[in-house]
Amino acid sequence: MSDIPTAEELIKINHNPPATDWMDTPVNIRKGMYCYASNPKSVAYLGLPNARKWNPLDDDWKLPENWQQILHEGFKERLERFRTFKVYMDICVRCGACADKCHFFIGTGDPKNMPVLRAELLRSVYRNDFTTAGKVLGKIAGARELTLDVLKEWWYYLFQCTECRRCSVFCPYGIDTAEITIMGRELLNLIGLNIDWIATPVANCFRTGNHLGIQPHAFKDMLDFFVEDIEEVTGIDLEVSYQKKGADILFITPSGDVFADPGTYTCMGYMILFDYLKKEYGLDVTWSTYASEGGNFGFFTSHETMKRLNAKMYAEAERLGVKWILGGECGHMWRVVTQYMDTMNGPANFLEEPVSPITGTKFENTKSTKMVHIVEFTADLIKHGKLNLDKSRNDHLNITFHDSCNTARGMGMLDEPRYIINNVCNNFHEMPANTIREQTFCCGSGSGLNAGEDMELRMCGGLPRAHAVKHVHEKYGVNSLACICALDRAVFPDLMDYWVPGVEVTGLHEMVANALVFPGECKRTTDLRGEPLLGMEDEADE
Amino acid sequence: MNVKYMFSLMAVVFLFLFSYLGAEVAGLKVLFGIIIPYVAILIFVAGFVSRMMDWAASAVPFAIPTTCGQQSSLPWIKQNRIDNPSTKTGVIIRMLLEILCFRSLFRNTKMKIHQGQKISYKLEIWLWVSALAFHWAFLVVLVRHLRFFTEPIPGFVKFLEFMDGFFKIEFVDSFMQIGLPGIFMSGLVLLAAVSFLLVRRIMVPQVKYISLAADFFPLFLIIGITVSGIYMRYVSKVDIVGIKELTMGLATLHPTIPEGISSVFFVHLFFVCSLLVYIPFSKLMHMGGIFLSPTRNMLANTRAFRHVNPWNYPVKTHTYEEYEDEFREKMIDAGLPVDKKE
Ligand code: HEM
Ligand code: SF4
Ligand code: SF4
Repeated sequence: MSDIPTAEELIKINHNPPATDWMDTPVNIRKGMYCYASNPKSVAYLGLPNARKWNPLDDDWKLPENWQQILHEGFKERLERFRTFKVYMDICVRCGACADKCHFFIGTGDPKNMPVLRAELLRSVYRNDFTTAGKVLGKIAGARELTLDVLKEWWYYLFQCTECRRCSVFCPYGIDTAEITIMGRELLNLIGLNIDWIATPVANCFRTGNHLGIQPHAFKDMLDFFVEDIEEVTGIDLEVSYQKKGADILFITPSGDVFADPGTYTCMGYMILFDYLKKEYGLDVTWSTYASEGGNFGFFTSHETMKRLNAKMYAEAERLGVKWILGGECGHMWRVVTQYMDTMNGPANFLEEPVSPITGTKFENTKSTKMVHIVEFTADLIKHGKLNLDKSRNDHLNITFHDSCNTARGMGMLDEPRYIINNVCNNFHEMPANTIREQTFCCGSGSGLNAGEDMELRMCGGLPRAHAVKHVHEKYGVNSLACICALDRAVFPDLMDYWVPGVEVTGLHEMVANALVFPGECKRTTDLRGEPLLGMEDEADE
Repeated sequence: MNVKYMFSLMAVVFLFLFSYLGAEVAGLKVLFGIIIPYVAILIFVAGFVSRMMDWAASAVPFAIPTTCGQQSSLPWIKQNRIDNPSTKTGVIIRMLLEILCFRSLFRNTKMKIHQGQKISYKLEIWLWVSALAFHWAFLVVLVRHLRFFTEPIPGFVKFLEFMDGFFKIEFVDSFMQIGLPGIFMSGLVLLAAVSFLLVRRIMVPQVKYISLAADFFPLFLIIGITVSGIYMRYVSKVDIVGIKELTMGLATLHPTIPEGISSVFFVHLFFVCSLLVYIPFSKLMHMGGIFLSPTRNMLANTRAFRHVNPWNYPVKTHTYEEYEDEFREKMIDAGLPVDKKE
């Protein structure tokens, strides 16, 4: 992170727009603010259009000759297919209520990062191509032709939106700029304008079942490795079940939890919880290497690609003959599962309506998708007193909780995680009200923007979230940011180091596992990370 | 100087001159009093209906409500039934709150970075207040105008006038003897609110930056309508009886042009017609669009009930068989179960 400005410099943001009108201000594709172009191999593997090597900084983007026509027809088709797109192209009154709600506008001051202007980038072309007023009055009606410069502007700013939907909460008509970004990215994909941090994970996921391209044996190695770690720290000896036919439950979590710290500790948390439930209540959970990805970067490409990746979940559940699916802590995975999966790849009639085999609770709200969130599952276990928890084992943590955009605004899972937190730890402080729950601020790296090369963009976008953490860090001494999203866990450590050094990042089930007391277990002196528990500093050293 | 609002201002000035000179100098009263109103109504109705049908013809492939509160999940967790509605009643209440109270706009906050240190998000209520005042006042004015198109005047119009003319009783009573007509709040509120919205659009740098000529035009036009209306009512004292004859003629499809109607009236009427014609082709269609906004009007019960996509089509996936074929040996070596052992 040496080549990006310091935090003191970066926060000097000018939110006043420039003197030139936005249509007359050409796009400046700046290093640190964009992600590299996709690797042609990944694009070709997926059979997506116009696989070639290209560089966003070059003048020539190596587009198909008739790219304008492709986009015009693609636009038209999407207007017919998506009422959201059509209505939202027409009804924005440009009241500006959404403007300072976007973390990218707050963090960069770039007016084209106001949701309304981001949408106007597409709307201006829409007016030119599809409305009478635009055709007759041209620029004075806010219409403009789709030139190469406009296209470059689309690309730059559509990959500076994390599809977080915060703007949609404040818009008087519910205009969801995320939806417009989704359409815009779909259009860009028609002429091969993707970014590699999305295209390659998607290709990997298609082939190996997960974004990281981990092959089945290596996936198993990783979990085996965790088994050893767990034994070392807790003395618990456990076994993981893989693609077991006839198991009760198939468990799917984002592969980020398997591969990247500190998500790995959350993954260990799941394993420990399942082992506890197996030993205590005979719960039968299985993992799959084929469906080893909960997340879905296809969602950041096109609806079709999202469907192609998501199909594995139901396919694997059917092949294994499980009763229902349990899903791990992830943000956009749950947006897809909640609002798209059943429609795209359902109905999942081969599964049963989910019932917790331990508490008998029927998860009424999931009776069609047949997929339960592990936070709902665990909250239900705690409520029924099925877990023996020692909260004090998280006393070394002072927690605040980040609502992920997708679980907040694309699902509404707000109180379940808080219930768990309050049952597994003693020190919990909320961030300010305008930055949590449905008004939560994005991590700044969602929707496939969590690459390394756009670090400055990520630090800008994460500013509002980081500053809310800073507030509770300074006020209450919060030292740990809890979240229920693998992407958060992957990107928050950098963000915290940059804006709020001294705050660590944890998943919910890591804390659950820390607190979970096994019958006859050996005394714990450290948490899963090997950090001494409060008051155990001496013993932990031995 | 900003071309965008100058353009819109000039357009409204042009409409004014066109109608004033047309009625006053050229005497085209039949054109402005009969033909244009009928044409405008036709364009408005046909345009409005066709826009709505056009939107409705577009598919709703996915249920993507923006959830703004706690979901319905475990029985002991309190759901936010309005902001995350899983029942039709919830959706209806959510939509009513949006349409009648501008619920989402009420959440508005203003972000500020204090000396590069703290960021605050304070409640910013003025956009909500002025937008709500503007729309309600507009509605009241509109309903009050029904007195020109009905005979006898319906009770609710009279009642509204009574309520709206509150000031008449409170303050103006003592002046009544000198013959000042009662003052209606709605017209003044409308003018104040629409002026505030205009000033806001010009003064707030970000809002000015995003504004198009098309955003200034309706504001100037509505100011034009309001000012001409207020002028007729409180200043020039136009011939109300003659005007009612004209408007009743329009309403009963027996149009006439009575003598002695002031040209200001034709300006007022022409402005209104311009607005009617403008609505279907512009952002003012938001009044219809909000009803069709999928992030607000859909049920958030997507995990319990399957939403059907009318154009769902099969896609190429990577099946388990293909996967196992590629990795079978490695899977067997690692001790992972496989379907085909060869
Ligand atoms: C269902 C009914 C309606 C709803 C929920 C609604 C909502 C809104 C909202 C929230 C705004 C934003 C305020 C702003 O832009 O400053 C707005 C603006 C506006 N509305 Fe409506 N509206 C409705 C009907 C109408 C109608 C019937 C008209 C008639 C002319 C109208 C004319 C306008 C105008 C001119 C603006 C722009 C104000 C500006 O540019 O600042 N609306 N509307
Ligand atoms: S809040 Fe909605 S209507 Fe207002 S500018 Fe933003 S998108 Fe447009
Ligand atoms: S979806 Fe989020 S990132 Fe995108 S424009 Fe809206 S607030 Fe900004």
